[in-house]
Amino acid sequence: MYVAGVDVGSTATKAVILDENQRIVGRGLTPTGANVIKAAERAFSEARASAGSDDWEIGYIVGTGYGRYKVPFGHTQITEISCHGKGAHYLFPATRTILDIGGQDTKAIKVGAQGEVSDFCMNDKCAAGTGRFLEASAQVMGLGLDEIGDVSMRSGRPIRITNMCTVFVESEILSHLARGKKVEDVLRGVNNAIAGRSVALMRRVGLEDEITFTGGVSRNTGMVRAIEERLERKVNVSPDSQFIGAIGAALFAWERTQKKVGVS
Amino acid sequence: MATSQTDTTTNTGRDLQKQLLQNWYSALSHANEKGEKVAYLFISGNIMELLKVFDFHVVFPEVNALQCGIKRTAGDMILKAEDLGYSSDVCGYVKNDIGLVASDMTGPFGKMAKPDLLVCTYSGCNTYIKWFEALAAHFHCPLYMFDVPFSRGPETRTADIRYMMDELKELIALCEKITGRKYDEDKLKALLRCSREAEDLWVDILHSAKRQPSPFDAFFEAVFFMAPIYVMRGSRECVDYYRAVKDEIAGRVEAHTGPVPEERFRVVMEGPPPWPHFRTFWELFKTWGVVCVASSYSKVGGIWDFGYRHDPERPLESLAEYSLECYTNYNLARRVDMLDSYLHDYHADALVIHSVKSCRAFSMGQADMREVFIHERNVPTLFIESDLADPRYFSKAQLKNRIDAFFESLEHQRIVGAQTVAH
Repeated sequence: MYVAGVDVGSTATKAVILDENQRIVGRGLTPTGANVIKAAERAFSEARASAGSDDWEIGYIVGTGYGRYKVPFGHTQITEISCHGKGAHYLFPATRTILDIGGQDTKAIKVGAQGEVSDFCMNDKCAAGTGRFLEASAQVMGLGLDEIGDVSMRSGRPIRITNMCTVFVESEILSHLARGKKVEDVLRGVNNAIAGRSVALMRRVGLEDEITFTGGVSRNTGMVRAIEERLERKVNVSPDSQFIGAIGAALFAWERTQKKVGVS
Repeated sequence: MATSQTDTTTNTGRDLQKQLLQNWYSALSHANEKGEKVAYLFISGNIMELLKVFDFHVVFPEVNALQCGIKRTAGDMILKAEDLGYSSDVCGYVKNDIGLVASDMTGPFGKMAKPDLLVCTYSGCNTYIKWFEALAAHFHCPLYMFDVPFSRGPETRTADIRYMMDELKELIALCEKITGRKYDEDKLKALLRCSREAEDLWVDILHSAKRQPSPFDAFFEAVFFMAPIYVMRGSRECVDYYRAVKDEIAGRVEAHTGPVPEERFRVVMEGPPPWPHFRTFWELFKTWGVVCVASSYSKVGGIWDFGYRHDPERPLESLAEYSLECYTNYNLARRVDMLDSYLHDYHADALVIHSVKSCRAFSMGQADMREVFIHERNVPTLFIESDLADPRYFSKAQLKNRIDAFFESLEHQRIVGAQTVAH
């Protein structure tokens, strides 16, 4: 029997399909946009298409993320905090600390040997230090989110960004650019600022090896480097990092079909 | 947790409390026109019995703010204060009260009486001092600053008590001057006897939450039950009220009813509730079968469950002790110890810290508190944030996410623990 997890985030919606051996057989990724239900349906059908599973029976579906109650075909809902713990453990079984930077949330999660959550901390209601902060910064410099990682890697003299406010950072960036600072140095400064805030959040739950970096922002290579520099150690990043919440949700779905331990 | 309770159907305590407050507000609305004297004071460690000796009506601006919060008019009041120039960082309770002044003293409770005397009864919060200074300037009314020394340890310092008793004597002289009445110590003793009677009953009610399952919620219900003991002490009505609530609780125990259909998690709650979203906030916990078995906010005015009582034989001294021993006047170590003893004595599974933006007297140190409980005392601790008065700081989706994740992990740990034992 196949199972699925659908992670409806503030920026992107992700879906993953697992087979009976818990192998990932399909993935779907789509911007969330204004219609959350449609996004969930789109990601799910994309995942089915990528698995070639249009006629397979999907026995159990778990919704997660902010829009978890907007997955009309979901059997149950589990928070993305539990799902990220589960998903990170699946990809990196030795992981104990997880940093998830999504569109509007930054979370530090501490997990036990089975990926079960033992503590977590999140940013406050402000978008400082989240994907949105990075996106606003990139926009000011006329760059796409996919470009900023590589551009920032070219920086030799990072600028120190002092504003953590997503609104005010734009004018700070503009003033640096107006003074002739290089785009890559400003971008690396932005990455460093986010890294500083994220590592402080992780310290609150306790930094324990291995550390796994998840969420959409983990695709930014410059961000990964900034976090590693700040931590002075390597972090796990998977090509599936953005799907970790959906993977965790699918694993919970699989457990339900096996009637194993899980959260309700 | 095995339970056989059903959801509570009794609401005697809440309904009676509503009625008592309504009567209390109604008496206040006519006080000025009748020429009866009105004193404003703060809840924490208040000395209302002393003011009652002089027949002052007592007004608690915090209770007015709370009422505006729960009746959903706080947002407008706060905006009125911001229109006058109060910054968004100023305490929501203060701005609510300033908004009330700007609304011709009319709130959801009716017309509020103007003060003849302001007694700043708690000095641990600098905002309180400024709040009453602003009211004193507006109403051209005398302000007595009752300076309460900060409590740094469990031992009561005799010098502090002596200092506060001197202040009380000064205040007595001021009250005599304002009301033209002589201080009557026998009257104070009689009031304190009444207070003490209500305090005994209140403590019995609080202790009933040690039962498993608990017959009442010591946060979400206690915040209503606590109103008379903080604003009506010294009256027969207050004593009768707690007798009625105690009977209600006994009835629930007998009928196997409680605040939730099935008690699944017992928590200790630290911090005030978000009044403008009270019901929504409670539902987020009820969904998980959570019962608060003890809370710090229900002790915000005074702490009796560790033995303190007003003492008619030492009237001024015991008033001073009461003012000194309120929760927000405790240092962090004492707060942690108090919560720790609740976690233990009430068989709680976890600690929930609800940190509010407005009240620094409450929220200062809560991040460290979280660290202490998680890392040193091994207590699962949830830290969530919003506000007690300002509806703009409440984000349901974010709170729900944190609350759900926390109880998901507690439930998971419980299942794994049970399986380990079984094997």
